[in-house]
Amino acid sequence: MDSQSVRLGVDIGGTFTDVVLERGVEQYSTKVLTTYTAPEEAIVEGLRQVCAQAEVRPDQIRQIIHGTTLATNALIERRGAKTALVTTRGFRDVIEMRTESRFEQYDLNLSLPEPLLPRQQRYTLNERIGASGEVLIPIDKHEIQALAEDIKTAGFESVAVGLLHSYIDDRHEVMVRDILAAALPDVMISLSSEVSPQMREYERFNTTIANAYIKPLMKSYLGRLESRLADEGVDCPIFLMHSGGGIISLENAAEFPVRLVESGPAGGAVFAANIAARYGLDKVLSFDMGGTTAKICLIKDHTPKTSRVFEVARTYRFKKGSGMPISIPVIDMVEIGAGGGSLAHVDALRQIRVGPQSAGSEPGPACYGRGGEQPAVTDADLILGKLDPHEFAGGSIALDVQASGEALERCVAAGLGMDVDNAAFGVAEVVDENMANAARVHAVENGEDLSEYTMIAFGGAAPLHAGRLCEKLGVDRLLVPPGAGVGSAIGFLRAPFSFEATHSVFMRLQAFDAAAVKALLAELREEATRFVRSCAPDEPVSAMYKVYMRYSGQGWEIPIALTDAQAADPDPASFRQSFEADYINLFGRTVEGLGIEITVWAVNATTAALPAGSLEPIAATERVDVSAERPVFDPAIGARVDAALVARDAMQTAHEVAGPAIITEDQTTIIVPSSRTAKRQSDGCIDVCKKPQGSDSV
Amino acid sequence: MNSQADTVRQQVMWNRLISIVEEQAMALVRTAFSTSVREAGDLSAGVYDIDGQMMAQAVTGTPGHVNAMADAVAHFMRRIGVDNMYEGDVYITNDPWEGTGHLHDITVVTPSFYRGEHVGFFACTAHIVDIGGRGFGADANSVYEEGLYIPIMKFAERGEVDTTLMRIVRGNVREPDQLVGDIYALATCNEIGHRRLVDMMEEFGLTDLTGIAAFIFKNSREATEACIATLPVGASADGEMRIDGYSAEVLLKVRLDIQEKIIRCDFAGSSGLDKKGINVPLVYTKAYACFALKCAIAPDIPNNAASLAPFEVAAPENSILNALHPAPVALRHVIGHMVPDTVFNALDKILPDSVPAEGAGSLCNFQVSLRPRTDFDLNASYDESDQQARHDRDMIAQAVRSEVLLFNSGGSGARPESDGLNATAFPSGVMTMPVEATEHAGPVIVWRKELRPDSGGAGRFRGGLGQYMEVGAVEGHEFDISAMFDRVDHPANGRHGGLSGGATTIGLDDGSPMRGKGRQFVPHGRKVLLALPGGAGYGAPAERERESVKRDLARGYISAEVAREQYGLSDADIETVQNAVRYGRTV
Repeated sequence: MDSQSVRLGVDIGGTFTDVVLERGVEQYSTKVLTTYTAPEEAIVEGLRQVCAQAEVRPDQIRQIIHGTTLATNALIERRGAKTALVTTRGFRDVIEMRTESRFEQYDLNLSLPEPLLPRQQRYTLNERIGASGEVLIPIDKHEIQALAEDIKTAGFESVAVGLLHSYIDDRHEVMVRDILAAALPDVMISLSSEVSPQMREYERFNTTIANAYIKPLMKSYLGRLESRLADEGVDCPIFLMHSGGGIISLENAAEFPVRLVESGPAGGAVFAANIAARYGLDKVLSFDMGGTTAKICLIKDHTPKTSRVFEVARTYRFKKGSGMPISIPVIDMVEIGAGGGSLAHVDALRQIRVGPQSAGSEPGPACYGRGGEQPAVTDADLILGKLDPHEFAGGSIALDVQASGEALERCVAAGLGMDVDNAAFGVAEVVDENMANAARVHAVENGEDLSEYTMIAFGGAAPLHAGRLCEKLGVDRLLVPPGAGVGSAIGFLRAPFSFEATHSVFMRLQAFDAAAVKALLAELREEATRFVRSCAPDEPVSAMYKVYMRYSGQGWEIPIALTDAQAADPDPASFRQSFEADYINLFGRTVEGLGIEITVWAVNATTAALPAGSLEPIAATERVDVSAERPVFDPAIGARVDAALVARDAMQTAHEVAGPAIITEDQTTIIVPSSRTAKRQSDGCIDVCKKPQGSDSV
Repeated sequence: MNSQADTVRQQVMWNRLISIVEEQAMALVRTAFSTSVREAGDLSAGVYDIDGQMMAQAVTGTPGHVNAMADAVAHFMRRIGVDNMYEGDVYITNDPWEGTGHLHDITVVTPSFYRGEHVGFFACTAHIVDIGGRGFGADANSVYEEGLYIPIMKFAERGEVDTTLMRIVRGNVREPDQLVGDIYALATCNEIGHRRLVDMMEEFGLTDLTGIAAFIFKNSREATEACIATLPVGASADGEMRIDGYSAEVLLKVRLDIQEKIIRCDFAGSSGLDKKGINVPLVYTKAYACFALKCAIAPDIPNNAASLAPFEVAAPENSILNALHPAPVALRHVIGHMVPDTVFNALDKILPDSVPAEGAGSLCNFQVSLRPRTDFDLNASYDESDQQARHDRDMIAQAVRSEVLLFNSGGSGARPESDGLNATAFPSGVMTMPVEATEHAGPVIVWRKELRPDSGGAGRFRGGLGQYMEVGAVEGHEFDISAMFDRVDHPANGRHGGLSGGATTIGLDDGSPMRGKGRQFVPHGRKVLLALPGGAGYGAPAERERESVKRDLARGYISAEVAREQYGLSDADIETVQNAVRYGRTV
């Protein structure tokens, strides 16, 4: 694909469908309201708009990359197909019994999330495979045939097959599929050994059911999209962004739609990773804050951190355990209920609490003047001087300062005997602390020290809070890229073709079988590469090897990256060395005298990441003209300070402004705290750095 | 900085401390070896001020550690002596009376130093799978038989681990690698908490924790008192509950007194000590009594020294709820988990329609001790061409010894406005282990683990269902099962017309009966069949919404017989539901 090729990135979000067209360095973007009943219509509308802007015809587009929340929403809203589960006798209720615990200990009236499939849609077969892959009870094909009749009678459209220990041996699952497929040609079948070949039955079964549940819907949507775009004259391949931050073919996506869950946020992380590469930053924290939630992701060596399991559809204040687990390769993010619309109140302990309830866009924060009575984070930001009431969203929404003040007075200040200013300070400080705590916990889970990180902030509310977050986390540098409003869609265009193949195989280092390891890694590489080749037959494909290791007896593995040499010539001593180094980094010390074992093997095949572009070095900075000032509350100082007011458009490359400063643009506002200085880089990023010690006079 | 802004800062620091202890607990889960910690979440973690007063505690699966943790650090300060505490020290104990109620909980305390000054403590506790002795179970006659006792002492001094202690520990337990790994994990998790505390003190320019501790305690105390003030002062009520016990039936009695700013909870009149290890140290009784009251009255107030102080709990010495040394206490949870339902029985009379009906109560845990089968003489001569004999010998040769602990839950009691939770722990909040993970932990096979229809007590709101389990061993093994079940003879009682939940049953697959408690032998090739108890119903079954009865029937939560006989569903309705299920229609 040459550098002048026209490419299209499309992100269907909850409210807007973002479409970005790129031709070389030129970029055209638009936001269209998402059309729920036929999501492809919004895409076509967006496509027409950007084609008109760029003056290209749809048939000139060489590649379309698409990410969507449709899969996530179908799970949250329970709009899936009529689906059945086939499982091992004795384990009918795995997805309903979950972990047998309550995610909120002190709530006597707690309700647990309903499983995706009620009990009458879960069938069992008399079969059993043991933990070492041995057949304990052989499967009976007559029983499967009888089951096919029941499934037919009940009229199921999709079937998930989840048998115990199938991640080790898939023989029984394959047999169930073969017989069901022959008997029920119109029914879609998902096997747990293919969708998520991982130990832990609750996660694996639930993931497989989720896949089966959304498969008919997603398959039909993707088919319609393909033909609708063809009608528009598009004749290039369409690819899908997956939750792991790579791209897969439309056919793969239709077969494993659960891999599309959270693909939008994954695009945001790829967007940040691409900027990290451009700046040569090895350790980056991406911070995406919108109206309802904030998402935080660690990006090391220009690659977002990945995980093997995450939770969707949390039903109870974003609380861990209140959703359903999905175990697929996924970009590891923390998401908390903290956005511009998050509502503040004072609790029984006379503490200010913010979120996770959100005012959304209707009625919105009190300052929108659409009937919002409770103060939101945006109201606090307005009172603190971070927002200009007349210039919000490019001046399209006039903000009502008085309404913000009244809401804060009523719901926060009065109860605490504070003035409105301090109440607003409290609300902003609490939401910033919530996000900082989430980032810290996430970092400790990954054994990282955030003070070595650079933050990249995007999403409408992030630039208002990122500066303070950096102060709280001890992060010295912050980048706010241009185009942050359509960050995910741009990220899609930066993503490589990639596929991660994983397999659970237990092996102790004491009983390390080098030949078997070599064969297994080669096989996984072959599988992953095949997926990638199906999308990108001509590009070079590289493989990254990863094993999950732990001390024998531990329950949680840590991911260990292997070098190509370690994969080509596996040696237990070097595996041990890598494990111990990472373990010390994570937990401080190794444990003497214990065996080490490997549980999961993974190979990620990927094409090269797209070129990150280059930066022109800035020889000398130049102070930008500051025509106006506005008082803004600086939380680190605990008082209002006069901040320089600058339009982002007015900042040219190498222009600099010292904090306290407010940099305004249509989509958002960047707050530069007193402790920081901001300059514009040649790629349009605003680069906000900590002032050197003792240079407050800048 | 004005005083209002200072208040904001203190709020931020309080949040930060809660986040720090959550990180501390997370580190323990990630590094622990025992399945009980890493899969089930049976642990706790907390941060303390210089006086040993608990400032914040992670919300984990174990209410039983709540007060125990709150009191523990004071014992360490007294035993070790504050003058004898140095940077780099780590302390340890499993004392049931000064820790968390039985030898299987290891508590580790680390003093926190900032710029050379002692500023506070971190403590954490985890349930480990084996501590030697008879093994985890009810059969001991005194605490001496229950395992190795580690008095409060230094695990490490100035960073140097006490290797003598480690050798003694290794020499006295069945899974030494696991236990030593867990002790290190406990020390590591305190270390993680300490690092974060130092970061916080740097950021806010603190030199000690006195100010923030005072802020937390004042706000917590006032908030708890405000919650108590909503109750009728001077009200009092009695509650009681009867359960199986071990040697004899056990009666739990409680009297609740609502006074100004405090609630008193007195267990006078409860049964005396049991001969076997189901007795409860007072610290554990306090924890569950407090937990029950906090759930019903002040659920949103975080646990710390001040928020727990207004709940006063007493029980007569050497009653089953205040067992003194050397009473056997290994399974103190079996009785301790019944304390909340006992308290609710009294509270229902003061605050009607606020508490649930009785549930399964105690966790339905059991431990299996597997070993190569002994009913086969390997030394006897055999015919080499006999395939079966060769196979049997091969299987024995591959067999191993192993201890596997399984955590399982029955149903919870129906609530005033909703059904009980199916197979979900209450009051404990620990998680079950995935069967696939359990089967990798040792040569055990779980043949069945699924909901038990008709075990939820009928009522306007139905009790949560219990579960069926079937447990055996990999070929070549035999095992002992250490049973820890109650509610065999005393199923959960309904409230306000609700019916009882299903009782516990236990036996071998050949029909031999088994006991609810105690270590019992399971021969090669046999399985243990378990039916774990359901929660009780709330309100009369006749008042249950018909749609809910039909839904329960469609899902198989109840059988057609129960739908007809207990809920009065007509035969026509039953047939309609059954057909709807068959043809895949929504009910």
